[in-house]
Amino acid sequence: MIEAAHLTKNYGDKRAVDDLSFVVKPGIVTGFLGPNGSGKSTTMRLILGLDRPTSGTVTVNGKAYRDLSAPLHEVGALLEARAVHTGRTAYNHLLALAQTHGVPRRRVDELIELVGLQEVARKRVGGFSLGMGQRLGIAAALLADPGTLILDEPVNGLDPEGIHWIRTLLRGLAAEGRTVFVSSHLMSEMALTADHLIVIGRGRLIADMSVEAFVKSASKNLVRVRSPQAEQLRALIVSHDVTVEIDADGALEITGLDAAQIGELAAANNLVLHELSPVQASLEEAFMDLTRDDVEYHAHTGLAPVGAES
Amino acid sequence: MSAVPTDRLGGVQLRVTQARVVLSEWTKLRSLRSTRWSFLAAVILTIGLPALISTVISSHWSHMDPREQAQRNPMDAALAGVNVSQLAIGVLGVLVITGEYSTGMIRASLGAVPKRLPVLWGKALVFAAATLALMIPSVVVAFFVSQAIFRNHHILQISFSAPHVARAVIGGGLYLTVIGLFALALGALVRNTAGGIALFAGVLFVIPPLMNVLPSSWNNAISPYLPSSAGRDVFALTTGGSDMSPWGGFALFCGYTVAALALAAFALVRRDA
Ligand SMILES: Nc1ncnc2c1ncn2[C@@H]1O[C@H](COP(=O)(O)OP(=O)(O)O)[C@@H](O)[C@H]1O
Ligand SMILES: [Mg+2]
Repeated sequence: MIEAAHLTKNYGDKRAVDDLSFVVKPGIVTGFLGPNGSGKSTTMRLILGLDRPTSGTVTVNGKAYRDLSAPLHEVGALLEARAVHTGRTAYNHLLALAQTHGVPRRRVDELIELVGLQEVARKRVGGFSLGMGQRLGIAAALLADPGTLILDEPVNGLDPEGIHWIRTLLRGLAAEGRTVFVSSHLMSEMALTADHLIVIGRGRLIADMSVEAFVKSASKNLVRVRSPQAEQLRALIVSHDVTVEIDADGALEITGLDAAQIGELAAANNLVLHELSPVQASLEEAFMDLTRDDVEYHAHTGLAPVGAES
Repeated sequence: MSAVPTDRLGGVQLRVTQARVVLSEWTKLRSLRSTRWSFLAAVILTIGLPALISTVISSHWSHMDPREQAQRNPMDAALAGVNVSQLAIGVLGVLVITGEYSTGMIRASLGAVPKRLPVLWGKALVFAAATLALMIPSVVVAFFVSQAIFRNHHILQISFSAPHVARAVIGGGLYLTVIGLFALALGALVRNTAGGIALFAGVLFVIPPLMNVLPSSWNNAISPYLPSSAGRDVFALTTGGSDMSPWGGFALFCGYTVAALALAAFALVRRDA
């Protein structure tokens, strides 16, 4: 359980996190979603006591992280920036972390096996690929069997196999009753992994809801229709709660009626339809709609650069 | 299926303690190449340089005039290596902490030990113990190697039990240990390898000669109390002029180091990681 209350962090004049309050519950995967620069990594560093909040508080299991007597047993973290000495072997890295808590050596071997790093465990971390580095980071996070996991963009730069592995792992950890808090700037990723979403933009809370509710609230329910009698059809259905727009190649884009209703209306009036297709707004579009005003840097094309950079 | 096997943790009381952090810091120290190379360099320089210098002096002895011979001091040769190996120890002292900042490891270290100070104390203790354990034997070996070479030429003999000799030899090892801690504290303050080494070199090698620019009454009043000269008193055979006493100088040098460590501790707790 993670609880943030009015969490605020300034770096000089720059406000990275702005009066953020939320609760992350055990037993589910909570996605932490926001465009680049929205303050996700900063929030996670604040939770872990690495940075000190300007104001507000954040606790894990009711205590400030600094006051935990076995922090790695309560919280396992995978930070965005690498947190491992490149000159040390994976084994010695994990061993040094384990020793701070009295975690036995055999547990280090188990974790190395769990994340599939047996072959390279005695090699220096400097030569590791991004994927191997992430696996080592996960091993470090799980080392002391934490009840809460905090992972900052864990799938960034991973191949599909690695992404699948992390997703499965996170869902498994949540199913065991652990608290799992995972950030991403990609809605599509969150939709596949998370049960609950905390969405931020420019350091402020935008949404705190289930993934299901988010998808529902965000869908536009647009229907695309092509007809040789487009003008007649338009005149027939347009009303104060039905809008019709004509797109670049002459198709009608109708909101306010579903495909069945439109088809029945057309049939009743003997209008010919060449296409009748419901268009679900993609999750990515929904997310962009939600955060459009809160994106840190708008690209010059006018499109919000959500997910365009990492 | 459990994603993470947990049964193996049974029976262990998971908790951060200072003793556990010390063990962890020992693992960190011994598992880096920079540690091995720096310590190896320090040992080789501490023993090798006196051996070399003693050999050169011995072979040139017959060509020296009596006045030059009289100026030769066996302890200068025996402890010549300390002046050079202090660089290797100092650089390692800086790296022990700045290496964590440059690689990002510091976030893992402070995440595991969020009270933070145990990490600094652990690093200081482990590094000081390793330096002491290696450098005390090294200076003792250097003394006897140098004396053995001189003995073959029947020159510059001095007994380990002669006044001040044992203190000066052991003092060389103590000086190296404390200089390493001083460098570690500077590294923790600066958090950057290049900056830490520059600051270390500045305090030890740049400031002392600058003092010569000052009026000599100022110079004489300040210079003996600089970290570099206060620290050297403990491995000088005799201290004269305006120098402090061996243990007085060493105590002041330790005081500088404690002050630097205290500043580093204060900064470590206050700053964002
Ligand atoms: N240590 C820091 N010093 C100054 N500014 C920072 C620092 N860390 C983050 N920021 C700024 O705070 C904002 C939020 O950054 P971050 O938390 O990394 O966002 P995200 O992880 O969502 O991409 C950005 O504008 C970033 O430039
Ligand atoms: Mg980030």
